[in-house]
Amino acid sequence: MSTMVLPHEKQSHAHHDDRSFIQKYVFSTDHKIIGIQFLFMSLLFLVLGGGLAMVVRWQLGFPNQPMPGGGFFSEAMMNKGIMLPEMYNASVTMHGTIMVFFAIMPLLVGVWANYLIPLQIGADDMAFPRINMASFWMAFVAGLLMVASFFVVAGPANAGWTGYAPLSANPEYSGVHTGQQLWCLSIILLGFSSLAGSVNYITTIVNMRAPGMTWLRLPLSTWSLFITSILILLAIPVLAGAMILLFFDQTLGTTFYQPEHGGQPLLWQHLFWFFGHPEVYILILPAMGFVSDIIANGSRKPIFGYKAMVFAMAGLAFLSWVVWGHHMFMSGMQPMLGGAFMVSTMVIAVPSAIKTFNWLGTMWRGNIRFHSPMLHAWSFVALFVIGGLSGIFLANTPIDIPLHDTYFVVAHIHYVLFGGSLFGIFGAIIFWFPKMFGRLMNDTLGKIHWAITFVCFNMVFWPMHKLGTMGMMRRIYDPTQYPHLQEATPINHTISLWAFALYGAQIIFVVNFFWSLFKGPKAGNNPWEANGLEWVAPSPPPHGNWDGELLTVYRGPYEYSSPEAEANGTDFILQSEKPSSRQGAPGMAPAGH
Amino acid sequence: MNGLFPFPENISTYGGDIDTLFNAVTWITGIVFIAVEVALVVFAIKYRARPGRKAQFVHGNDRLEYFWTGATFVIVITLALVSRPLWNRIKEPSQFPSPDLELAISAKQFEWNVTYPGPDGKLGTPDDFTRRSQLHMPVNKKILVTLSSEDVIHSFFLPNFRLKQDAVPGMHIKAWFEATKTGEYVLGCAELCGLGHYKMKGRVFVHSDAEWQQWQQQQAATALAPTQEATSAGAP
Amino acid sequence: MDHAVEQMKVDERLEPGVHVYNMKFGMWVFLLSEVMFFTGLIGSYIILRFAHPEMWAEPGKVLNVPLTGFNTFVLICSSVTMVKSFAAIQNGDQAGLRKWLVATVGLGALFLSIQAVEYYKLYHEGFAPSVAMYKAAGGPLYGATFYTMTGFHGAHVTIGVLCLIFTSWRAFKGKYTATSHAGVEIMGLYWHFVDLVWIILFTIVYLM
Repeated sequence: MSTMVLPHEKQSHAHHDDRSFIQKYVFSTDHKIIGIQFLFMSLLFLVLGGGLAMVVRWQLGFPNQPMPGGGFFSEAMMNKGIMLPEMYNASVTMHGTIMVFFAIMPLLVGVWANYLIPLQIGADDMAFPRINMASFWMAFVAGLLMVASFFVVAGPANAGWTGYAPLSANPEYSGVHTGQQLWCLSIILLGFSSLAGSVNYITTIVNMRAPGMTWLRLPLSTWSLFITSILILLAIPVLAGAMILLFFDQTLGTTFYQPEHGGQPLLWQHLFWFFGHPEVYILILPAMGFVSDIIANGSRKPIFGYKAMVFAMAGLAFLSWVVWGHHMFMSGMQPMLGGAFMVSTMVIAVPSAIKTFNWLGTMWRGNIRFHSPMLHAWSFVALFVIGGLSGIFLANTPIDIPLHDTYFVVAHIHYVLFGGSLFGIFGAIIFWFPKMFGRLMNDTLGKIHWAITFVCFNMVFWPMHKLGTMGMMRRIYDPTQYPHLQEATPINHTISLWAFALYGAQIIFVVNFFWSLFKGPKAGNNPWEANGLEWVAPSPPPHGNWDGELLTVYRGPYEYSSPEAEANGTDFILQSEKPSSRQGAPGMAPAGH
Repeated sequence: MNGLFPFPENISTYGGDIDTLFNAVTWITGIVFIAVEVALVVFAIKYRARPGRKAQFVHGNDRLEYFWTGATFVIVITLALVSRPLWNRIKEPSQFPSPDLELAISAKQFEWNVTYPGPDGKLGTPDDFTRRSQLHMPVNKKILVTLSSEDVIHSFFLPNFRLKQDAVPGMHIKAWFEATKTGEYVLGCAELCGLGHYKMKGRVFVHSDAEWQQWQQQQAATALAPTQEATSAGAP
Repeated sequence: MDHAVEQMKVDERLEPGVHVYNMKFGMWVFLLSEVMFFTGLIGSYIILRFAHPEMWAEPGKVLNVPLTGFNTFVLICSSVTMVKSFAAIQNGDQAGLRKWLVATVGLGALFLSIQAVEYYKLYHEGFAPSVAMYKAAGGPLYGATFYTMTGFHGAHVTIGVLCLIFTSWRAFKGKYTATSHAGVEIMGLYWHFVDLVWIILFTIVYLM
């Protein structure tokens, strides 16, 4: 492997590291350490959020039977180990909140935007390293507040992760006061953290790219994180505003969302979903970026239709601002508006289809190496398609009437957020793990974990489509109450068993993660034979990333199997490798053809 | 398709159209689904790395991009436009048929209070009577309900009628339906409304014409009985 | 010359970026999110108010419009002094920078004091944010939206004044020069933004 770096006048960053332990690993301004801090925090929340899902599945699969470990909970939550609705509603709410805000969002953005952006664009750190550090610690405190809400009187928030007012606005209705307030404060604080992060990411990508790193030579991971940051920047303040009004309703006795004195419950929904739909893309776009990088790498081929991929992501981002009403088809919003939102929502299928077909196009006539990141990326495409297609049912207003707020929606979001985002995250962790820690994860364990997760995932969420059409409502504590759901009981039972297996299988990943952290084989700079700038740096990269060298970029990130690469006797060529004067024009092509 | 995604028995006039549309979309998306998954599996096998194989160095194909962008756009827009009339027929108040019976339904934690017109057939008169979590109606009649809520948001869900509509405090939202079959059915709440959300259910009775007349008169009589003297004194 | 070598020279000349320094660019990006925050608040206000106009009283009957009009003038003046301070340091005029920065701090503080007096009076006239305490004309949402919108603006001014004090302190220590004064420039960006938001809020809350 030949790494070509140009000597440059600016050697100022080749300082040796004399920071104390605290500066280096706790209050670090190094984007890589911050990314790793986010990784550990959000993986912990992933375990917690998953555990709450197991609580929910216990009740649905084994209604009114004592839960193992139920005795640990207070009597307000569990009656002799049998779950009460208090416990169920709180678990449903906190599962959604934690997964969306504290697991998937930081896993996609907090971890990878911090870790990858400077490495992929050839910068030595973020534009504002100290703001970056503040961003992590705000997220950390927000997480503490959210966890603290489990231990207050009457328990955590229980009005759903969407916190529909007036249920969330008035403790008289929900039975929860402190918990719901902590929920608001925690999310507002997390919003500040995300804002600080996205200002950083945007500035860094715009201003700190290495010479030659033009927009159309950016890896799609960085593109996706850039577009995601813009969404965060513009959507989070709206959520913060809405949350502040909700908080005032809870604490100051205002009535923004309560009708008695002229407030409007639907105002909350409009504000929440105006944020919430961009949020949906915040939760999937980065995964699309990682998967694009991994599929091109696994297939040993340039990404098919690079420009189309960028435009599709930009299109998704734009559309996300004009479709929020599809969450409100049944809310009493004007039916005329519903019709308009149906059209705009349907159009989302177009960029989604472009992306799917381009991933297929990338694999087509490739030379596919099925390493475990590639398996995850492959299943991302397989499962995201299902989530995308079930979205067409829900976007279609007449079909949405029976399906709205049923398990069909639950299946849909999990196919996108678990089948899509989380598989993308697993792939990304295994793919960039060697860069982060200098050691490879075990590929066999990775494949076993992938196979079990893939099967269990489908056994859990595919039948939920069926539960949805049968008419099983979301967030009901005891479906056996309903005569039309009698047939759902055995299905729920089976789903729960598969869900426990799914959760249990994650132990394989945890073991692999920690074992490899200490015992994995040394990775070298470029274990996947990839092209991006991050693979030029040592694994793990030192503070300042490049040992004081400044890189110059000569080509796009996906020039796998190019004639230029073959001239080197390989099928990859680093973006920063100086073109040899022996070669002709073809290898000079930028990525976007 | 019905075995794969079973809906409860449909007993409303427009429910069949929703089911038809559902099946149509299932076919369209099903074909795409199978095509993509088959391609994924075939590519995975056919283009797997083997010694001596080389990937083809190709950056894309603009014609293909235009083709699948255009095709997807046409399909989804057509689908949206085809679906709109049905949506308007079910939900747009200006297109509602003139009702044979009007009911007022007020939701509160955790019950549905259905107010029926008395013998005069009008709501808002003293002979109205209210039944808790019981929705009675005659078969083959167009029913118009006005939904409201006393506390939080609830969602009026009739699985067999393919109808769902939120009841929002501070709003009076209209919905209509017409049953085509007598029998007992279920009413559920589809929006998380608090700790008792799961038990906020109601029983739905679709009566034959004669049965309905009898039920209504009987209920009106018992409802009026205690206040008979008070109202009859002042009644014209 | 060989094509590849030529291409290489082109690549090395490509210095990406927008040629605006990071802090200034970052401030612009941050202000975009602030725009969305106030848009959300103002949008909510408009939706709430136009759904129930009877809940709002004529602003002049409840609010002291002339006093706040004067306060608006104060804030606009502070933007002018901010511009003056930036112009001064661009010319290397240290004394001018300090003078105009202190003037800006003073005007900002005056604005906050007048707003505090206004809040105090309104609150004692029964114009309160909560339903339980509201006794003025219109409805409690009038009070709630008033305090929320002007309060969040006031919080921004407070943060601005604190940052201005910090900037002034640095100015007195001679940290800014004719060629290096990014701190003054981005402070100015923020301050003008806060001023602009107030003009919009004043129009919507006090004049409409």
